[in-house]
Amino acid sequence: MSSATAGSAAQAGTAAAPLLPPGARSVNLTRTGVFVLLLAVSIVFPLAVTNQSANSIAFQTLIFVCAAAAWNIFSGYSGYIALGHAVFFGSGAYAAGIAAEHWHVTGGTEFVLLPLAAAVAALIAVPFGLIALRVRRHTFVVITIAIFFIFQLMAFNLNGVTNGTIGLNAPFLLWDPVTFDQRFYYIALGLALATIGLSWLIKGSRFGLQLRAIRDDEDRAASLGVRAMPVKLTAFVISGAITGLAGGLWFFFIGQVLPQSGFDPLFDLTVALMAFLGGLGTVSGPLLGALIIEPAQQYMTTAFSNSYLSQILLGALFLAVVLFVPRGLIPTITEKAGGWLERRRPAEQAGALAVAKGEKP
Amino acid sequence: MATELARAVINGVLGGGIYALMAVGLTLIFGVLDIINIAQGVMVVLGAYLSYALSVHLHLDLFLGLLITVPAMFVIGVIIQVAFIRPLHGSERTSMSLLASYAVAIIIEGVLYLVFGPNYVTLNASYVTKSVALLGFHLPYIDLYGFALAVVLVAALYLLLYRTRFGRSVRATMQDRTAAMLVGVDVNRVAALTYGIGVAVTAAGGMVFGASGGGFNPNSGYDLISRLLALVILAGLGSIGGALVASVFMLTVESIVDIWQPSWSIVVFYAALVIVLLVRPAGLFGRQAARAQ
Repeated sequence: MSSATAGSAAQAGTAAAPLLPPGARSVNLTRTGVFVLLLAVSIVFPLAVTNQSANSIAFQTLIFVCAAAAWNIFSGYSGYIALGHAVFFGSGAYAAGIAAEHWHVTGGTEFVLLPLAAAVAALIAVPFGLIALRVRRHTFVVITIAIFFIFQLMAFNLNGVTNGTIGLNAPFLLWDPVTFDQRFYYIALGLALATIGLSWLIKGSRFGLQLRAIRDDEDRAASLGVRAMPVKLTAFVISGAITGLAGGLWFFFIGQVLPQSGFDPLFDLTVALMAFLGGLGTVSGPLLGALIIEPAQQYMTTAFSNSYLSQILLGALFLAVVLFVPRGLIPTITEKAGGWLERRRPAEQAGALAVAKGEKP
Repeated sequence: MATELARAVINGVLGGGIYALMAVGLTLIFGVLDIINIAQGVMVVLGAYLSYALSVHLHLDLFLGLLITVPAMFVIGVIIQVAFIRPLHGSERTSMSLLASYAVAIIIEGVLYLVFGPNYVTLNASYVTKSVALLGFHLPYIDLYGFALAVVLVAALYLLLYRTRFGRSVRATMQDRTAAMLVGVDVNRVAALTYGIGVAVTAAGGMVFGASGGGFNPNSGYDLISRLLALVILAGLGSIGGALVASVFMLTVESIVDIWQPSWSIVVFYAALVIVLLVRPAGLFGRQAARAQ
């Protein structure tokens, strides 16, 4: 049944781009090249750059790559804009912190707790999703914000569990300070690659097509046999679990979590902005968005003594994206590059068009 | 106990009047433009700061200052709508407008930080600190005046919407944008003016909020917007009467819970929202059709 929907979603896709432009192959090749280059650079980066603050920024950027890609797996593919993913990030951090304290986990073994952080976030995502996914559009956005605030307030108020405003400290790591950032960097890199790989797999799968069918027209998708609720909820839980894992890792790196840093309203919006800037619903969009925004933000906070100026600049960037590249950088660039390659081969293009129109070449 | 409860109810009703004013602006903007104006919270704070600047530098009375701040906020609102909201088109318009209004919010917040700094300020006037004994309760004058102002403004909004030609075109646009266009309503003009009005009323709300609360700083907008969003969704998006009822009701409930559990009282807001939406996804007074959009 649902394969029919998948077909209709695919049809919708081809309707938007009736012909694979002749440049598409080259664009794909370029894309692979860029990805391989990026991978190589990211592997070598901490070995080449030993500046500690640069490495710290690189680690946090990778955390945001994970978070933005995870956010995109749900919101980008399904079209439900969630502004409450800090719930998972914070819960992951707190779960790791509480477990470490409770079971007296110390040293490198603390990383065993990361799957637990993901599991806790996933467990929270189930009732969260069951409540929030009953409503759509604006109401969905607002209910995610509301649930976010409930969690932040719980972190503040449940003193016995979360230690209130004092927050929790991570177990102390007896790692050499020189390699400390490097090791975290590679763990985060692995997680980021896995998340992007998963995002890519989901996008190409039947599950991904079902999600995009829901994004295009949920009622029609449901009438064609997509079981909308389980599909949406599964994506929501996957997205939440990865965000929780990233939260746990971030907590071990920073060493402390407070209600306002774990459950940060800016986190909700930053991951969304990253995905929007790069291209909502694309695999590489959130990656690109995170690679631009997080270092820029970190740089601006250190470069300007005044953090308010960087806030204004971030807002202006935000507005510029919404007004001038509303579809995100990746789709816009791909289209532009495709068009450019098309114009380079006018003869071939004319032939292809004639074929498309059903004329004899 | 009974006196405490009665006091909580009185506080809730008085505070609810102010929130009703701000929530009506938000729900009006949603109804006409089909966007959630995340900037509404920081607009309230901006209104409060404008009143603050007028009272500190020009020694203008707070209520008299509204004659300047309300039109000023109206103009700011119209400019924002024309520059940043109107250009948005296409299928992603809903999420784009959310992001655009959020961007406006963080820019205004940043500017307020630059100009006024992060310290909490309060609005001062003789009637802010004085209170009157009424039915055995000491009620600050500002709360009473603020409530009266809210009632007058909400009534004025009601008259504007239900008794004027412009109001009819606003309601027509809320019901069906395309049909309104077909019968000759200039929906772009209606949208810009509605956004202006929705923002202008926050100037009045902001003044009372800044004078009666425990002070404010540029960051106060987040708490406000999350409460306002909870109120308008609870009421049902686009329902003006519902926004009034929900504001007074929720503020009363909050101040009653506040008697026993001050740190949990705000949770009531969000928990009530979640519970109501479980039962009625369109909100208390929302049209069910809103869900199928």
